[in-house]
Amino acid sequence: MDIFLQQIINGLVQGSIYALVALGYTMVYGIMGLINFAHGEVVMIGTLVTITVAGSLIKAGMPVAVAGFAGLMAAVLVCMALGWALERVAYRPLRNAPRLTPLITAIGMSIVLQNLAMMIWGRNYLTFPALLPKMDFEFAGANFTMIQIIIVLVSAATMGGLLLLVYRTKLGMAMRATAQNPAVASLMGVNINRVIAAAFVIGSALGAVAGVMVGTYYEIAHYQMGFMLGLKAFTAAVLGGIGNLAGAMLGGILLGIIEALGAGYIGDLTGGFLGSHYQDIFAFVVLIVVLMFKPSGLFGEKTGDRA
Amino acid sequence: MNFGRFFRSTVGIGLTAAILLALPFVAATGGQAWVRILDFAILYVFLALGLNIVVGLAGLLDLGYIAFYAVGAYTWALLASPHFGLHWPIWAILPLGAGLACFAGVLLGSPTLKLRGDYLAIVTLGFGEIVRIFLNNLNAPINVTNGPQGITLIDPVSFGAFKFSGTTQIFGFALSGPQKYYFLLVALAILVIIINIRLQNSRIGRAWQAIREDEIAAKAIGINTRNLKLLAFAMGASFGGVAGGIFSAMQGFVSPESFSLLESIMILAMVVLGGMGHIPGVILGAVLLTVLPEVLRYGVGPLQMAMFGKMLVDPESLRMLVFGLALVLVMRFKPAGLWPSPERQRELKETGK
Repeated sequence: MDIFLQQIINGLVQGSIYALVALGYTMVYGIMGLINFAHGEVVMIGTLVTITVAGSLIKAGMPVAVAGFAGLMAAVLVCMALGWALERVAYRPLRNAPRLTPLITAIGMSIVLQNLAMMIWGRNYLTFPALLPKMDFEFAGANFTMIQIIIVLVSAATMGGLLLLVYRTKLGMAMRATAQNPAVASLMGVNINRVIAAAFVIGSALGAVAGVMVGTYYEIAHYQMGFMLGLKAFTAAVLGGIGNLAGAMLGGILLGIIEALGAGYIGDLTGGFLGSHYQDIFAFVVLIVVLMFKPSGLFGEKTGDRA
Repeated sequence: MNFGRFFRSTVGIGLTAAILLALPFVAATGGQAWVRILDFAILYVFLALGLNIVVGLAGLLDLGYIAFYAVGAYTWALLASPHFGLHWPIWAILPLGAGLACFAGVLLGSPTLKLRGDYLAIVTLGFGEIVRIFLNNLNAPINVTNGPQGITLIDPVSFGAFKFSGTTQIFGFALSGPQKYYFLLVALAILVIIINIRLQNSRIGRAWQAIREDEIAAKAIGINTRNLKLLAFAMGASFGGVAGGIFSAMQGFVSPESFSLLESIMILAMVVLGGMGHIPGVILGAVLLTVLPEVLRYGVGPLQMAMFGKMLVDPESLRMLVFGLALVLVMRFKPAGLWPSPERQRELKETGK
């Protein structure tokens, strides 16, 4: 039982990170129907910027809390600028292009960002500075750390903020209108370009927060870390029904928990035939099974023929 | 100038044949490495044309195509290497590899029939990853794939006593291993090009294109969309399987690393960059995307030395950076690909897109 609880906690933490990244995918997809493959790279750059800024501030003798906050802010600002630039330079000119064209552009941008990061930060693993105090707690036989609690709380707060933004502000209304029908929204006076840019900027800011949390949690970072994280987060977004904000959050958390439980129990389930290194297939197996029965994800609306 | 008619004319065929014949010998003057690159270019033409059936003709976005290539490659590797001590002949393995890949295609296709567009993309992507993860981990408790180390000492392609590895003398010509593979691959590529051309205007090909344009309308006019979508998956997959087998034999070594998601994406990029659904375009895309990174590999280092007198940035990452930028720029200025089909160009003009 304690293993069960332990894996639920681990999964919840991992899942909240997935959820934050998944929101970036789902916002962009919901509004313009594009899989922004470069989003994982944005997250990676967020982590690496934090390492540079917070690391050098700590070295300069600043208190850890201030340095950490400055690092987070720097990451958020850099990622927002990056998201804006991506949209403006790479995707906006392609808005009316054939459907697969922006996908290839996104892949191209992903390769570009990865290699830029490698040029700037090198090809070695970097240590993420310890920004949060290390404290352990025990609850019903399961251990968890201060870092884990903070990750869950920060993502919950960020996601709450996003929901407020989307459902309670004018910009949010414009976003929802654009997602439903861009042409009609623009006739109603919505500035489509601004809304799409905003979706990219907000998504990237969430990605930056997620990037800092990944760094804090795993304590290392690498220029290739964005790829698998992005892939999992995208899977989570599809699992929940892509384009649906609540779906992305729940999809992310669900995916995190399924993965953690899967990794914990796969050995027992298969009589030791498959070990925990099969962890990564769970995400995809669950995805395939869910989509077989609910072709538009758990919470997705029935999509029309967009292919 | 009408390229299509040019290639069908006698002069055109003669000229193309002459160039194809001369190419490996011209490349060999720059070293066997370039012949090898040519081999890969043609192998990718083969793969891209296989994927073109799925993506270009039937409009099913497949991001896990490399899985079928992997099935073919591992079939060959397991049945013709010291790993299990088996050395089956090509007549047995290549069809078996194609068949297994075809089966994998149907296996992937059948649960995903209801899915559309991007949902299909992510499921195929997941399937590709599942296959790779299994290849990576099936070395325990029973060692099937030898895990991340991969399988070595794989038999080369051979017809009876004629082996494709090593140098042989034919009519006074010394043909190196890569050169022999080149001719084998060209022959296979021509075969797949013919199949593609014949398919495109056949009843099946037209049905696929109808599904691509509007699945509901296609169903309404009596097209069996389920069977045809499965057929597209199966057919594309079998081509992938054959290509995988040849890859395995040519390299003499396979490991799961060769079958990453990036490879699937690269093949898709070849199809889209060249001009989806248009055979000459796809061929162009495949050749460009194979040769460009290699040219950059040999080019960016010396170029930096010449311009700045020292290595400013790591040539390997600069090469990939330029490659990524090239993808972005081509899509920016040629959204329908470098060489789109005439019909598609017309469509884009008419709708003002």
